[in-house]
Amino acid sequence: MSTTNSNADNHAEEHHGAPSGIMRWLLTTNHKDIGSLYLLFSLLMFFIGGAMAMVIRAELFQPGLQIVEPDFFNQMTTVHGLIMVFGAVMPAFVGLANWMVPMMIGAPDMALPRMNNWSFWILPFAFLILLMSLFMEGGGPNFGWTFYAPLSTTYSNDSTALFVFSVHIMGISSIMGAINVIVTIFNLRAPGMTFMKMPLFVWTWLITAFLLIAVMPVLAGAVTMVLTDKYFATSFFDAAGGGDPVMFQHIFWFFGHPEVYIMILPAFGIISQIVPTFSRKKLFGYSSMVYATASIALLSFLVWAHHMFTTGMPLAGELFFMYCTMLISVPTGVKIFNWVATMWRGSLTFEVPMMFSIAFIVLFTIGGFSGLMLAITPADFQYHDTYFVVAHFHYVLVTGAIFSIMAGAYYWLPKWTGNMFDEKLAKTHFWLSLVSVNVLFFPMHFVGLAGMPRRIPDYALQFADFNAVISIGGFAFGLSQLLFVAVVYKCIKGGEKATAQVWEGAEGLEWEVPSPAPYHTFETPPTIK
Amino acid sequence: MATKQVSWLIPAAVLSGNTSAEEMRLNMTQGVTDISASVYNLHMIIFYICCVIGIVVFGIMFWSIIHHRKSKGAKPANFHESTKVEILWTAIPFVILIAMAFPATKTLIEMEDTTDADLTVQVTGSQWKWHYRYFEHDLDYYSLLATPQSEIHNKIAKSANYLLEVDRPLVIPTGQKVRFLITSDDVIHSWWVPEFAIKKDANPGFINEAWTRVNEPGIYRGQCAELCGKDHGFMPIVVIAKEPAEFNKWMAEQTEIAKNAKAEEQKLLSMNMSMEELMTLGEKVYNANCAACHQQNGQGIPGVFPGLKDSAIALGDVKEHINIVVNGKAGTAMQAFGKQLALKDLAAIVTYERNAWGNNTGDVVQAAAINEFLVDK
Repeated sequence: MSTTNSNADNHAEEHHGAPSGIMRWLLTTNHKDIGSLYLLFSLLMFFIGGAMAMVIRAELFQPGLQIVEPDFFNQMTTVHGLIMVFGAVMPAFVGLANWMVPMMIGAPDMALPRMNNWSFWILPFAFLILLMSLFMEGGGPNFGWTFYAPLSTTYSNDSTALFVFSVHIMGISSIMGAINVIVTIFNLRAPGMTFMKMPLFVWTWLITAFLLIAVMPVLAGAVTMVLTDKYFATSFFDAAGGGDPVMFQHIFWFFGHPEVYIMILPAFGIISQIVPTFSRKKLFGYSSMVYATASIALLSFLVWAHHMFTTGMPLAGELFFMYCTMLISVPTGVKIFNWVATMWRGSLTFEVPMMFSIAFIVLFTIGGFSGLMLAITPADFQYHDTYFVVAHFHYVLVTGAIFSIMAGAYYWLPKWTGNMFDEKLAKTHFWLSLVSVNVLFFPMHFVGLAGMPRRIPDYALQFADFNAVISIGGFAFGLSQLLFVAVVYKCIKGGEKATAQVWEGAEGLEWEVPSPAPYHTFETPPTIK
Repeated sequence: MATKQVSWLIPAAVLSGNTSAEEMRLNMTQGVTDISASVYNLHMIIFYICCVIGIVVFGIMFWSIIHHRKSKGAKPANFHESTKVEILWTAIPFVILIAMAFPATKTLIEMEDTTDADLTVQVTGSQWKWHYRYFEHDLDYYSLLATPQSEIHNKIAKSANYLLEVDRPLVIPTGQKVRFLITSDDVIHSWWVPEFAIKKDANPGFINEAWTRVNEPGIYRGQCAELCGKDHGFMPIVVIAKEPAEFNKWMAEQTEIAKNAKAEEQKLLSMNMSMEELMTLGEKVYNANCAACHQQNGQGIPGVFPGLKDSAIALGDVKEHINIVVNGKAGTAMQAFGKQLALKDLAAIVTYERNAWGNNTGDVVQAAAINEFLVDK
């Protein structure tokens, strides 16, 4: 970054800078470099996955088949889901953790820097394999990101093997990333930084990392069984050989539901950092926030079958999973109430990170409400596999997870680059995103309730008007995100110099180091009051 | 993948012209059964609860957004903890949830009680059609999408029930408890009729149960709700509910027709159809049953569904060809059509496949030749 030491081998020189050129990025073990790599990679994936969403929305703009064939449509919905979950949202959070966790706990770097390099650099290969499979004869994976057997086994095309290996690599990357976060937080906290003094972003990531370690191997098991069922004549999911296709769903969702929280807990952490800063008031109920996060994580292991109410579960099972799912809304509610209480009688200003955070609180809560509705089993029979569900998880993941990532990016961008971003452009990005995302996802509630199933390339005529509106919202939201790229690019290139604290009211170790954060921070641990 | 036509670029004017007679709906249907009405009520109760919570929470938030802003000179307060408040806002939602759980549990128990049915229908999904078998009567048939390809590909105007119409709907009596046994021949499907509040997965190798008692005679439409491959969006469900007397009359007619068709079939065995007849019939049946995978031009979809044009099957041994059409191919999407189609239809398909698209083998296959391969007919 700043000074390039021509004499890199000379270790007597302690404060050497980064090596230059491509090798800097390939060989880096610096948490800030790796954090940047993760973030840029996830931004790229966000646009690739987004382009696929544009194909989907273009086909659904009008009834009838216009642009793509149904089989390719299914490949688009499948790969869009996989890319957004594993390529955009998860790496973005890992990137934020890489950048911020060591700086927030006063550590010099991640605990396992070489593994850190590896967990990033296998990711591009995973997604290269996945994306290349789209160009195979017969096309890429077309069975939905949930890859239910036997559609993904007996009835799938030959790209399935590539899909399986790609998911394996993503899983290895996630597990290594999670181990790194846990080891770092357990061992590298500055003296005096007790657990209950850690910033909430660190806490939520610690809990997320445990979730990752718990469930990524389950996903690996699921894809491996799909692989052997398809190519090696096993019958895990084939009734004719003594297996059970519904067992696949149990295994998948035992991974899949905690996975949902993997994508939202770090978001809670980010919002819990931002709201106090711009309210100029301490976070309300810090310890209850920690406990709520932990209870959400524990409950997430007890609710997986609410994705499967229509598979024909016994009544007792349906009741158990309905009650547990309803229960999750309690700790989630506590979080929302705490944020609102933090804002209450604060001294609020509305910089871009705060705007995204407020939008997060409102829109994520709407996603939470539809989640509570989905928990009611009898009503779920009507909602299940319709656009109501599509609306629900996009509110949680786009206006939830992705809005929080945007909020975090705007919040820490001046710390990363040393420059303030173009506030006017960023506000335009916010308002365009806010309006278009609701035009995009809100009407999905209506078409879903009116009876439009998800994952269909063509639909009955009564859904036509809403689908046209949804598509227009989709194109607008997609285009608006180009503004984000512009803001980030301009901010890296230059701008008004940022102070160390950046935001009036920001508290924490990361705001005590200069902006931009030096290549090495906290080589001597800070003292915590 | 190929661009078909650009009519989608023409804006909403076309759209509104296309809109069906059916009114645009915003909310869940109340349906036509007692169960669907209670499901609707549950949906509305939980929706209103969410609205009230939302108004209170967002109201408080927007109050502070407006009144506690720095630009208005607001000074931050100091409080940041209160165990009392935390307990309160844990307990209140908990109580609301318990109140909600009672009616939900009651409805769920009713929905799962499939005992004492008056009529049982087995529903079997397969790629991409439904099969209905009446347990108490000698009647079973397939139900296929009736919307023509030309409507789907925007060559002609779309009819009112676009994608929600079938050739042979399921018919059930009103006022009686009808039990459905739901299963699948290949992948997982899901049988969904919103007006009955039934959505149940069809799992291959397992049987799920559901039931309904329809109050109003009428035509009720639904769709497959679980992604089941390429034509998942094209396997609708249509159920006609008739008064019991009318239902019985309909059932008597249908069983008679089915019996006659079987007798007719036996006569066919000694008859020969001409090449021309077989080809005309063959094209029609092929397009309805085979073209979804093998395509109308016989070229299949490379890497997914094999082509038949110039293929080893269509040009090779006739017996092998008949066998695969009649009995299917285990472990692939190729279904056993022997139990789905009439003898002469099967004969016509094989003849057509062996002579269309320049295959020109000149082979003529008759119903009698097909019959030899039917194991259980």
